[in-house]
Amino acid sequence: MGHMDTLSRRNFIVSSLSTAGGLALGFAMPGIASARPLTGAPWSNDAGAVANEVNAWIVIDPDETITIRIPHSEMGQGAATANPMLVAEELECDWAKIKGEFASPNRNVRENNVYKDQNTVGSRGVATSWQYLQQAGASARVRLVQAAANRWSVPASECVAENGAVLHKASNRKFTYGQLAADAAKITLDKEPEIKKPGEFKLLGKPLPRLDTPVKVNGEAKFGIDAKVPNMTYAAIISCPVVGGTVASVDESGLKGKRGIVKVVKLKDAVAVVADNTWRAMQGLDALKIEWNYGPAANSDSAQFKQMYRDTLNEPMIQARKDGDVTPVLASGAKIIEATYEVPHLAHAPMEPLNATVNLQSDRLDVWIGTQNALGTLQQGVRASGLKPEQVFVHNAYLGGGFGRRSTNDEMVQAIAIAKEIGRPVKLTWSREQDIRGDRYRPQAAARFRAVLGADGMPQALEAKVAVGSINRSQGRPVENGIEGQAVDGIVNSPYKIPNFYVGGVMKNTHLPVSFWRSVGGSQNCFFYEGFIDELAHAAGKDPYQFRRAMVERKDFVGVLEKLHETSGWDTKLPKGRGRGIAVAENHGSVVGTVAEVTVGDRDQIRVDRMVVAVDCYHVVNPKIIEAQMESGAMFGLTAVLYGENTVKAGQVQELNFDTYRIVQMKEAPKVEVHLVPSGGAKWGGIGECGTATIAPAIVNAIFAATGKRVRELPLKNVKLSQLASL
Amino acid sequence: MAVTLKVNGKTQTLDVEPDMPLLWALRDELGLTGTKFGCGIAQCGACTVHINGEAMRSCSVPVSTAAGKDITTIEGLAGPDGKLHPVQAAWVAEDVPQCGYCQSGQIMSAAALLKQKPNPTDADIDGITNICRCGTYIRIRRAIHRAATTKA
Repeated sequence: MGHMDTLSRRNFIVSSLSTAGGLALGFAMPGIASARPLTGAPWSNDAGAVANEVNAWIVIDPDETITIRIPHSEMGQGAATANPMLVAEELECDWAKIKGEFASPNRNVRENNVYKDQNTVGSRGVATSWQYLQQAGASARVRLVQAAANRWSVPASECVAENGAVLHKASNRKFTYGQLAADAAKITLDKEPEIKKPGEFKLLGKPLPRLDTPVKVNGEAKFGIDAKVPNMTYAAIISCPVVGGTVASVDESGLKGKRGIVKVVKLKDAVAVVADNTWRAMQGLDALKIEWNYGPAANSDSAQFKQMYRDTLNEPMIQARKDGDVTPVLASGAKIIEATYEVPHLAHAPMEPLNATVNLQSDRLDVWIGTQNALGTLQQGVRASGLKPEQVFVHNAYLGGGFGRRSTNDEMVQAIAIAKEIGRPVKLTWSREQDIRGDRYRPQAAARFRAVLGADGMPQALEAKVAVGSINRSQGRPVENGIEGQAVDGIVNSPYKIPNFYVGGVMKNTHLPVSFWRSVGGSQNCFFYEGFIDELAHAAGKDPYQFRRAMVERKDFVGVLEKLHETSGWDTKLPKGRGRGIAVAENHGSVVGTVAEVTVGDRDQIRVDRMVVAVDCYHVVNPKIIEAQMESGAMFGLTAVLYGENTVKAGQVQELNFDTYRIVQMKEAPKVEVHLVPSGGAKWGGIGECGTATIAPAIVNAIFAATGKRVRELPLKNVKLSQLASL
Repeated sequence: MAVTLKVNGKTQTLDVEPDMPLLWALRDELGLTGTKFGCGIAQCGACTVHINGEAMRSCSVPVSTAAGKDITTIEGLAGPDGKLHPVQAAWVAEDVPQCGYCQSGQIMSAAALLKQKPNPTDADIDGITNICRCGTYIRIRRAIHRAATTKA
C-alpha cells in the first residue's frame, strides 16, 4: 500500500466514521498536501499500527516514503524538523524521502507510553529526546538489515544499510527499505543496538531546511484556530476582569435581534456567547451586560505589588546556594556595593490567540488545539469530560507561538464546559484582550544585591536576594524546600568564582496567575544578576568582558565569552552616544551570551543597533534552526526590554492588546549575529528559550557604557535616562 | 444581506451582515483560513490581504467595503499552476517562518510593498508594521531583498 493509498484509506476511515457520528475530520485535507514533507494537518492516524510500520515511530511505504512520527509540538522552535533528523541519522536513509507527522497522544496512552514524554516545555524538544529518537531509528535500521539477511540467508553482519537500502556487497544484491518494511516490522531484537556517538553523525549538524516551511508560506498549515468540524458552533468568551472574581449576573436583552446567536453560557468566572460565526459570537459578547463579583483582588494595583516585592526583600530568605560565608565580609566595614532591580508581570501574547475546538460525544472527545503538552491536554480532557483516557483524542495542530503559554489548556477546559451546555461541537476563540487578560504571566519580581570587592577588584562576597511569584503554587504544584528552581535560576547557577556567595529567595504571589515565560527565571534573574555584575566591573574599574572572563573556568562559559569577545569587536571604540554591553548565562541547559550595541539619542531615545549572540548547546542538530532560535529569542527579549509590562489597576490588567502591549516591529529589529560554539560532552542543551536570557542585561549594560546611567528597572519605555543619576 | 465578494478570482455571494469584517467572512464563511486573526484592531497585520492590490487589514475592513473589489488572500497568491509567488519562493529560500502564524500577513504585506517598490530599501521595508512574535524580522528583510532580485 503506497503512502497515497494510506492517506486515502485514512480519509475513508475518517469519513465513514463521521457518517456514523464517531469521528470528524478537523480540517480539509487538500490532495496537494501529501506531496509535502509535512502536511497542513500533520497528525497521525490515531488508530494504531498501520501497514509497513517498522515501529511506532517509522512507517516505510513501498514507494520508499519514510514517515517519521514527531513526538513534540511544533511552535516555531523546529522540533518537527529536528526530531525526524535524529531518527533519520540512524536510519541511513534519503532525507528527501522523509515525511513527518505528529505522534498520536491517544496511541501513546493506549500503547504504554510508546512516544514517551510529549511535553514540549523547558526547551526539551531535543535535549531530553535525542537518545530515544536515535534509538528508534537505529532499532528500525537493524531490523531492516536483519529482514534482508533473512531473505538472502546470509549473516546480518555481511549486510549494510545505506541510503534507504540494505546491500549485500559480496553478492551485489540489494533490497530497498520499502521492500523490507513489512518483514522488518515482524523482527524482534534481543537487545537494542548502540546508537551513534557525536563524531559519527552524517545528518546531524547539517543546516537542512525546515520541513514545515512549505505549508507556512501558502496558508496551508492548520493551526488550532483553523479547525472546522461538521455542525460546529463558534464561541467567544470573557472572563472576570479581576482574576479570582465570579459572574454575578448577565443581562441578555442586548442580544435581541442579533443574528446567529446559539446560546449564552455562564461559567463560574466567565461568560461565553455561542453563535454561527466567530464575529457574531464576539459581537454578542459585547452586547451583554455582565455584572461581576470582583472578589478580593478588586483593589489591588501594580504600585502595591511593587511595594510588596520590595518589602519582601527585607524578610528572612530561604537559602538556595551558599559558598563560603558572605556575612563577615559584608559586616567587615568594607565598602558595600548595593543595588535593587525590578521587573513587571509580562504576558506571553503568542500571535495565535488561545483557542480550542471540541467535539464531545457520549463515548468520545475530540480536541483540535495547539498545545505544548499533548498528553497533559489529553488528561485534562479526561478530567473535564469524565471520559476514559483512551476515549480522548487530541489533534495537536501547529502552534501559533507557545513561549510557555500553551501548556495549561485553560481554553480547552472552557470549550468542553461550553460543549456540554450546547450539545454540539464548538470552537472557542479567545479575543486578543481575553488572551492577555486570561494569561498566566511571567511573575513580577525584585532583587537586591550586596557585594564587597577585594583588593584585586574582584568580588570577595556577593549576596543575592530575590522576591518573586511562585509558578508552582500558582499552578497547584508543591514547592520543595520553600524555594523553586525557577525563582532563582540565572543567579543560583552563576559560574563566577566568588569565594563568598549567597543566593536566597522568598516567593509571594499576587492574584494574577503566573507561569513559564520563555527563558523563565532567566527572563528576570539574568537581567538582575548580569546587570549587577556589570556594576561591579565598573566599580572595580575593570573591563566588563575581562572581569567576567577572569571569574569563569567552565569550558562552556569560556568558549561563549571568548567567542563574543572575538566576534563583537569588543575592544574597538564606539563613537559618543553609543555603547556596547555584554552578558552571559546558563539557561535551559545551554550557555549563552550576548553583546549588544546601542545608540542613545540626545533626547534619550534608545536604539539597539546590533546583537552578537554566542551559544554552547553542546551538540548541534540543525545549525540553521539554532541560529533562528537565537534571533527569535533576541527579539522576544528586546520586546520585553523596550515595552513589556502588564500593569494592574483596580485588580485589572490594563494592557490588553498590541496597541498598549507593544511588540517590537521590523523598524526596531537590530542585526543579530549568531555564533555556535558547541563543546560536546555528555549533555545536550536546550535551544528554544536560552536566546532570551541575556538580551536584557546586554542592553542595559550597553546603555551604561553609552551614558553612564544604570537601568535597574524594565521596561525602558518607563525609564527617563536623564533623570537617573550618573554613576 | 447578500454581499458579493471576488476572492482569488472567484466571485461568491454571501448572506452576511454588511459590517461583518472581511476577515471573518473569509475564515468562517468561505473557509479560507490562511488569513489569520491576531488582534482585531488592525495592529498586528496577521489578517493582511490585498484589496485591489493594496495590503489591507481584513479584521478592520467591513465586507460592504470589500464588495466588488479584487480580493487576494494567501491562498490565491501563487499562480494558478501552483507556482509560488516570488515572495513565497524567497520565504522558502530563506526559511523565514518559525511558528508561521503571522507569515500569511507578512507575505501579503511584502508582496504589496514589492508591487509598489520593486527594489525596496531597508527604510522601505521598515515601513512594514506586521508583528511577528517569533521575531523573524531579520529573515523577512533578507527574503524581501531576495524576492526583489529574483522577481520576474
